[in-house]
Amino acid sequence: MIEIKNIYKSFENKDVLKNISKVFNQGETNLIIGRSGSGKTVLLKSIVGLHEIDKGHILYDNRDFTSMGQKLRKKLRQEMGMVFQGGALFDSLTVEENIRFPLDMFSELSTAEKQKQVDFCLERVNITDANKLYPSEISGGMQKRVAIARSIVLNPKYLFCDEPNSGLDPETSMVIDELIHSITVDLQITTIINTHDMNSVMEIGDNILFISEGEMCWEGNRKEILYSENQKLQEFVFANKQYQRIRDDKINQ
Amino acid sequence: MLMNIITQTGEYFALLLKVFSKPERHSLYVRQTFNEIENLGIKSVGIVAVISIFMGGIMTLQVAYNMVNPLLPKTLVGLGNRDSLILEFSSTIMGLIMAGKIGSNITSEIGSMKVTEQIDSLEIMGVNSAGYLILPKIIAVVLMFPLLYILSVFFGIIGGLIVGPAVGAVTVTDYLNGIQYAFNPYYVTFSLMKCLVFGFLISSISAYFGYTVEGGAFDVGTASTRAVVNTNIQILVWDLILTQLLL
Repeated sequence: MIEIKNIYKSFENKDVLKNISKVFNQGETNLIIGRSGSGKTVLLKSIVGLHEIDKGHILYDNRDFTSMGQKLRKKLRQEMGMVFQGGALFDSLTVEENIRFPLDMFSELSTAEKQKQVDFCLERVNITDANKLYPSEISGGMQKRVAIARSIVLNPKYLFCDEPNSGLDPETSMVIDELIHSITVDLQITTIINTHDMNSVMEIGDNILFISEGEMCWEGNRKEILYSENQKLQEFVFANKQYQRIRDDKINQ
Repeated sequence: MLMNIITQTGEYFALLLKVFSKPERHSLYVRQTFNEIENLGIKSVGIVAVISIFMGGIMTLQVAYNMVNPLLPKTLVGLGNRDSLILEFSSTIMGLIMAGKIGSNITSEIGSMKVTEQIDSLEIMGVNSAGYLILPKIIAVVLMFPLLYILSVFFGIIGGLIVGPAVGAVTVTDYLNGIQYAFNPYYVTFSLMKCLVFGFLISSISAYFGYTVEGGAFDVGTASTRAVVNTNIQILVWDLILTQLLL
């Protein structure tokens, strides 16, 4: 479980996050949604410590990340996995080497055990014959799957995904969503996903935080989101008329 | 302007502190260092050889054509070429050229990793990204630059030996006598010391500009240019300081 309490963050006197609090549950896909520029990525990067927050607390299973020294933070980070918007795979390493990298850096496993773990992760994300290819030689969807495999290779307790569906077609997006959701449930990890993709919200949104202009506007789940009276949330959700029709149909039934 | 210089200097030394902190896994750093020795050092041998052969030939011709006084022995052509190569060309001028080749390579590689979030990805894993990416490059360049210097001197002398007699500016015997005349080994020691300093400056300054880049591909290009310009200035400043201190 990850808990954020009264988080504030500003860049050069511009307030980007204002008093955000939320509990992200273990074994659920927790989504942070909002328009582009609403502060989602800053919030996610603040949670993982890539941005230092100005005020507030971030608790990983009651361990206060904000007051930790660099050494403890580094240790805690070995319990995290993150999938970046562009995949962030290392260009100079093959698919297999990318996934093995965290094992080489931190684990004491033998070469055979590492290979077994790499194969397991590749199988988990349904990649079978791309082991020796470089990131530039595989598709965007495959890069995302490799990034997911790399993020789970150390059996993390916390998984973060920054817009995992950006740049992907709807079908591949669904595959990625289902993959993240099943990994979250199977491994019972705390997953936080940043997205503005309403399809993802409706498919895997167990616990949703909607932010607008750096402020927390609404929280709930995918069943509640269509019926919320929150004006800003409605503008965001019903920008796609399809969801307006879905809601109207359900209300009429 | 002054504030900017102070800020950048502070950031540069803060980055160096991070770079020289304890590695997470020595074996990976060693492997990475060997990769960098190949990428930054071995792959520079070709360009060093070509430039040095031409420069050695050109300097031999210039010394020969400027020796208009018939009382001056022709052996001075070889001597002039040798000392120019040992004292300045193969260390300082090669340093400036390497700042362009190796330096821009380091800045663009690290800068691209920064803008594509690969560095953030390392940090999230708990890896000291500055140490893992920069330390092997610094070690590789500091180790390889003195070797490239020795190769440069060798190829420069060969260049003079080929071009000088070929155009009739000096005989082979005079040239060979010249390069052995009044040889001062301390000149080589002095230049090797300069190479260590220049190697450190090229790798660390270029890495700093790559590591601190913000934005996209255009900013990586701008950072590369700034890295080369700043490294060149620092090489010349330190050349002046070391020449005054050590010669």
